[in-house]
Amino acid sequence: MQIKRRDFLKTVAGGAALAAAPSITMASDAVRRLPGAVGILYDSTLCIGCQVCTVACKEANNMPPEFSGNQRRWDNPVDLSARTLSIIKEYESGNRHHKDHAQDGYAFVKRQCMHCVDPPCTTACPASALTKDPQNGMVTYNKDACIGCRYCEVACPFEIPKFQWDRPFPQIVKCQLCAHLLAKGRIPACCHQCPTGASLFGPVAGLLAEARRRQQMTAGKTYDFPLSSLASGKTRTHRAGKYIPHIYGEHENGGTQVLYLAGVSFDKLGLPDLPERPYTALARSIQHTLYRGLVAPIVVFGGLMVLVARRTKDKE
Amino acid sequence: MRAARPLGGRVVSRTFLAALVIVLVALYFLAKRFMFGLGAVTNLNDGYPWGLWIAYDVVTGTAIGCGGYSMALLVYVFNKGRYHPLVRPAVMTSMFGYTLAGVAVFFDIGRYWHIYNLFLPWYANPDSVLLEVALCIALYSLVLWIEFAPTFLAHWHASRWRTRLDRAMFVFIALGILLPTMHQSSLGTMMIAAGQKLSPLWQTAWLPLLFLMTAVIMGYAAVVFESTLLANRYGLPGENRILGKLSGGVVWLVAGYLVVRFADVILRGQLGLAFKGDLAANMFWIENALFLLPLVMLAGKSGRGRPRVLFLAAASLLLAGGVYRFDCYLIGFNPGNGWHYFPAVPEIVITLGLISVELMAYLWFVKRLPVYREA
Ligand code: SF4
Ligand code: SF4
Ligand code: SF4
Repeated sequence: MQIKRRDFLKTVAGGAALAAAPSITMASDAVRRLPGAVGILYDSTLCIGCQVCTVACKEANNMPPEFSGNQRRWDNPVDLSARTLSIIKEYESGNRHHKDHAQDGYAFVKRQCMHCVDPPCTTACPASALTKDPQNGMVTYNKDACIGCRYCEVACPFEIPKFQWDRPFPQIVKCQLCAHLLAKGRIPACCHQCPTGASLFGPVAGLLAEARRRQQMTAGKTYDFPLSSLASGKTRTHRAGKYIPHIYGEHENGGTQVLYLAGVSFDKLGLPDLPERPYTALARSIQHTLYRGLVAPIVVFGGLMVLVARRTKDKE
Repeated sequence: MRAARPLGGRVVSRTFLAALVIVLVALYFLAKRFMFGLGAVTNLNDGYPWGLWIAYDVVTGTAIGCGGYSMALLVYVFNKGRYHPLVRPAVMTSMFGYTLAGVAVFFDIGRYWHIYNLFLPWYANPDSVLLEVALCIALYSLVLWIEFAPTFLAHWHASRWRTRLDRAMFVFIALGILLPTMHQSSLGTMMIAAGQKLSPLWQTAWLPLLFLMTAVIMGYAAVVFESTLLANRYGLPGENRILGKLSGGVVWLVAGYLVVRFADVILRGQLGLAFKGDLAANMFWIENALFLLPLVMLAGKSGRGRPRVLFLAAASLLLAGGVYRFDCYLIGFNPGNGWHYFPAVPEIVITLGLISVELMAYLWFVKRLPVYREA
């Protein structure tokens, strides 16, 4: 019997060793980009801060206006919320004279769901209310599944999902890449309406190629930039800005389907500096190591039952 | 061996009535919550989507409710049969802690009428740590009620049912060891998802181990705390000798925990953050001092013989584990972007209401049911 007990303790020790495993073996669990992925390339240097995209988004998604401060005449949200799914924010420094300059300058940034390649929100959600489309990779919400636990908000490193705190029957609200328009063969409202091409829709592979092309441009020279979507055939001519050599979203958090180019560093624009492996992937690999097929729990459970039955008999 | 007996006495005492008043106020705020939404009674926001109810009622409450788990580990896995008299009261408080955590979850989640989705295979997401935690806690609450059922059955003199249940009990006792091991560690894994929002003083791949260790420690501390308190209050002989012995074992567990805790922070190169003098740094030291203090108090044999010392050491450990949980879920959590959170009064009252319900149920149970053994 003592031997049995030792065996059991070994199983337990084995379990503890398994728990240690994920920190040692960073398994190759990286999720790849879907071949059919679509997304948005936002180019801060082309953006004029007109907020047409914010308004178009509200119209397309039936979102009510939002008032901040005392001003109650027009929609003026200051950040993303359960009423605002896409917004333009501004970086400012010093006398604010030069666009896309870190010193004495300013720059715009669009904030919205990044449609991550390996989304922390979908991994976290216990009820599969947030899911990633297996074809085009958009991350959408199903209110009939959601239990309102808000773990998605905890897990999203970009702080995108928002909750309706003021409602008795609340929902999670976030950009869904205008899934309802994509279904009709149209493109997201923000890109459709953007007058400059700063918000550009397309297949992610094409957007990455376009981003790399822009990174090669000589600042100050004029080039053609596609408008609305890569496939629209329409272009605008702009002087190329001075890009920092970094495509945000190419690798951050395992990659995102919304990509960014800018003239000032991304931390100034409020985009977080994230590791290439999402934290949720680490949590997931710990869970998989311990619980795959429920093998370990069932073995431990069996061992425990034998042990407890013996102890109870001993007492009698 | 002395048999367990009800303590007797009036259930509706002054303490009981005070608790009742708090419960009534809490019910008023709860009505508000269900009519007007979470924003009407809490300070929760999109930066801090989880607040007091998750950090205390669920994450800390279930850990305090680990007495039953810790005692079962000791008696059945480590074969220390002499601690058996402590099992029943421990199971009872665990039962309260877990049941009320379940109730608190119901208040907290926004779309509570959908909670059954977690049990539907086409909605349940096996990758989600929260799913595992939720299912384990639900199942374990049930197991605790079954484990405690013999005490009810004795009260109702239903001995036929009792023998039947006794025969199957080993299954539930085994589950009662497996399930808390799973979800108490997963409560740690859960915050790994918070990523860079959680300060590196707490964010680590070892969160599951640290949460499991502190849960076991808090479980023992809860047993010692409650037994010494009750012995004092009701003039019971107490179980001082075995409590002292138990505390001797806890010393090693706490020492082991502190080694892992500090090794982790140091090896990740983050100890510097503990000297920044900000809130996180201060909380880090308070938290660990609360673990260290009982270690000193209980190190000597003489200390372990004195109920007062045992009581204070246990209180310190409960507090330490609680602070650790608050640090991981709230204080070390900073979403940036100007968000801040401190619980609103109604939010605090609702938590106090739950604690009051627990207290009232506890008083009724120990006075009417054979939970404790008496001289
Ligand atoms: S940005 Fe946030 S909400 Fe959007 S897919 Fe990524 S994790 Fe989900
Ligand atoms: S709030 Fe809803 S969408 Fe977010 S994690 Fe919970 S169930 Fe999923
Ligand atoms: S519509 Fe285009 S140019 Fe105007 S703010 Fe939006 S992204 Fe910038």
